[in-house]
Amino acid sequence: MNWFTEPFQYEFMQQALAIGVTVAVPAAVMSCLLVLRGWSLMGDAVSHAVLPGIVVAHILGLPMLLGAFISGMLCAVATGYLTEHSRLKEDTVMGVVFSGMFALGIVLFSYVRTNLHMDHVLFGNLLGLSWNDILQTGVITIFVLVVFLVRRRDILVFAFDPQHAGVIGINTRHMQYGLLTLLSLVIVASIKAVGIILVIAVLIAPGAISFLLTDRFERMLFVAIIVSVLSAVLGILGSYHIDSAPAPTIVVLLTVLFIAAFLFAPKRGILRQLKPDQQNIATVESASTD
Amino acid sequence: MIDTTTQSGAGVGDTAADRARVRAYQSCGDGVCGIEANNLTVIYRNGNVALENANFAIPTSTICALVGINGSGKSTLFKAIMGFVPLSFGDVSILGRPAGKALARNTVAYVPQNEEVDWNFPVLVEDVVMMGRYGHMGLLRIASKIDHTKVDIALERVGMTAYRKRQIGELSGGQKKRVFLARALAQEGEVILLDEPFTGVDVNSEDAIIELLRSLRDDGHVILVSTHNLGSVPQFCDQVILINRTVLDFGETETVFTQKNLHRAFGGTLRFHVLTGHDLHDDDDPRQVTVISDDERPVVLYGDDANNGEENTKGDDASQQP
Ligand SMILES: Nc1ncnc2c1ncn2[C@@H]1O[C@H](COP(=O)(O)OP(=O)(O)OP(=O)(O)O)[C@@H](O)[C@H]1O
Ligand SMILES: [Mg+2]
Repeated sequence: MNWFTEPFQYEFMQQALAIGVTVAVPAAVMSCLLVLRGWSLMGDAVSHAVLPGIVVAHILGLPMLLGAFISGMLCAVATGYLTEHSRLKEDTVMGVVFSGMFALGIVLFSYVRTNLHMDHVLFGNLLGLSWNDILQTGVITIFVLVVFLVRRRDILVFAFDPQHAGVIGINTRHMQYGLLTLLSLVIVASIKAVGIILVIAVLIAPGAISFLLTDRFERMLFVAIIVSVLSAVLGILGSYHIDSAPAPTIVVLLTVLFIAAFLFAPKRGILRQLKPDQQNIATVESASTD
Repeated sequence: MIDTTTQSGAGVGDTAADRARVRAYQSCGDGVCGIEANNLTVIYRNGNVALENANFAIPTSTICALVGINGSGKSTLFKAIMGFVPLSFGDVSILGRPAGKALARNTVAYVPQNEEVDWNFPVLVEDVVMMGRYGHMGLLRIASKIDHTKVDIALERVGMTAYRKRQIGELSGGQKKRVFLARALAQEGEVILLDEPFTGVDVNSEDAIIELLRSLRDDGHVILVSTHNLGSVPQFCDQVILINRTVLDFGETETVFTQKNLHRAFGGTLRFHVLTGHDLHDDDDPRQVTVISDDERPVVLYGDDANNGEENTKGDDASQQP
């Protein structure tokens, strides 16, 4: 038991745990969308594209979250606009836009001397946050969660069959940009904790793992949240004991879980596919009384 | 139902577009058509003109076939009706309303081509069918007892009740089609669009689907089906739209679905087999059998001269009129 409780004598560990869990939940929910909609690259793009916003906000003395959000949305909207108005495919446009914005951020950063720590921006600073940071993250998180869970059925239809979403009267354009807004918010909220580079891991892995384990959207959301929170808690504790950085430790754990799911998932795991068992065959037969 | 359009007679010099416009008024006598398109033009972003000046009108209570070669614009026409591609020119109205308004009212149900669906998606058969009910629910999409009942009925009607808890990827091609058909049933849209519902479907499933479409037609629905299955068109379709980048001709199956028209729609891509004279008759009966096939069921035309529009059109069963 000591292994679990001992680290939390320290306030910085309590704070790390609080923000870790606060970020883990919306990231898990979003990851399901990214995996199902094929938006993984979009997640990567937006997270890199927040950099110039962060630097500019820092120069102007504005809240970092605001700068990051504006810059992230700019990337998403610019990608959508350029894709619609050129013959290039979306991933190509996205690659150009986000690498350009990321590079601009780095140039700006080295041009103006600031006391901003680039490694905190890139890799997160889970152990150096204040309760105020946690509060900000919490507000964003709760907003995203409520919106997502309340509208989850529409989101499901939109991700599964946008044409059907259109014919039942859902405005798919609003849906698209609404979801991109939620995505940007989650990324912005997570960056202080896990950083620009690793945010994509917490935004994809839980959904990917859960996708291998479940057959239903709502169960997928649920399993993703469990996986995500579990890796956050264990990653933070583990990093304390082995004296590593917490964010990468979380990501390593997620990767291990992904490999485990890939191998051992009851229905889609590689091992299961190699030798189909009796029970599965029996259910197939009983169902085909048509 | 509606007046036949035979007497419009297609004067020799008329362009297809002119004839189409004249008929647009004739076939929807009481002013409200099922689906009506005027000068519909769709140009894709890359400059590809997929449809140009397409005109047609489908009355209500009709099964209408959409027939044309690959790339002739069938899927594009569906997307245009559903507002999924911007119209460069022209307009579409559904049950007398502009298409956009009709969509907001949940009047159109769409059964996608199998290739358009992500079959790995974590949804069960019953979840997909329930999506058909979403348009009838509130903002939170909470299913009522009625919604559950309608889903049960829809699953029963397509014979998929036993599979309701299956993930959608774990079905055969024909079963997959039936799930989306059930979704359209549950949706209760007055207009049903089906993009190639017969590809990868065996004859039994095909007949079951046709039976279902007939009963929907009899309930007043407008059904537009794209198909490469030429042989089954005379069997169950009241009307036909021939398409190749524009609407070549449309109207009653007997007048439109002729060898001459099929030649225009398909050019050299159809396989024609004509049996005449001694191959067919012992006497010198001039009538001939024409077998035309695209890639699936052939169409068999029998009569004096299959070009003149008076031939008997035979499908699997002789009685095509309701
Ligand atoms: N998104 C797109 N952008 C550009 N051109 C397109 C697009 N989608 C289709 N086209 C082109 O428009 C034309 C019509 O395509 P459409 O998919 O409507 O054909 P179709 O009749 O449904 O063919 P099939 O029988 O193969 O399903 C084709 O030439 C196609 O290449
Ligand atoms: Mg098509």
